[in-house]
Amino acid sequence: MSKPSNEGFFWLLFSAGGVVAAMFIPVHLFLFGLAFPLGWLPQPSYEHLLALARSPLARIYLFVLCALPLFHWAHRFRFTLYDGLQVKHLNEVIFILCYGGALLGTLLSGYLLLRI
Amino acid sequence: MSVQPSTEFHPRWYRAPVSTYWWMGSWRYSLFILRELTSVAVAWSVVVTLLLLRALLKGPDAYAHFTHRMQSPLMIALNIIVFCFLLLHTITWFNLAPRAMPVRLGGKRVPEFLVAAPNYVLWVVASAVIAWFVLRKI
Repeated sequence: MSKPSNEGFFWLLFSAGGVVAAMFIPVHLFLFGLAFPLGWLPQPSYEHLLALARSPLARIYLFVLCALPLFHWAHRFRFTLYDGLQVKHLNEVIFILCYGGALLGTLLSGYLLLRI
Repeated sequence: MSVQPSTEFHPRWYRAPVSTYWWMGSWRYSLFILRELTSVAVAWSVVVTLLLLRALLKGPDAYAHFTHRMQSPLMIALNIIVFCFLLLHTITWFNLAPRAMPVRLGGKRVPEFLVAAPNYVLWVVASAVIAWFVLRKI
């Protein structure tokens, strides 16, 4: 507990990711996870979605949509494990797994969106 | 290094032992843990988005495979639960705004629901705009 310096930065990411997740994530999961698979709404065509994802604004939007909520998850899940399970002795492993996972997902989304 | 007590006779800290299942004791604590677990639903939603992007990158066959996989009953059941957690996140997050940022007008504090309300309006508008982009026919 001798490194208090970075906590503010991670909290900022958590906070920004929380806003993005609250505003934009539900509609995405609702459409692609429920409405289309259950036939409530017609599944959009491959060509339409590809054209949509290729527009510059959508690429930036989708990158933010993936990256920030992942860091929101990393921060919150880290503390869920600390507090919920009280696994204090594993703090560093948890830290690396959470932020490592978020970073990996962010890089993956960047790669996919650049090549799409 | 220097956090050790300076005398040998420093008392041992008293720490009441807390059970691993402390959050099952009361509804408030359980709600706290449920709220904290919404982050898993958020992460899962990002994973779904990444899978969709990967399918779009790979081609029409991969996209057809993706849509087929999303139709499996297990996936639907999972996504229903995930969606409930996402709503819990949105509601708890928006309702926190007036606590984090108390607004005062003319010396009086603006009621909390009035500070949180614009969030919900923005949420509905943003969701509608995204749905319109995804659903419109070119």
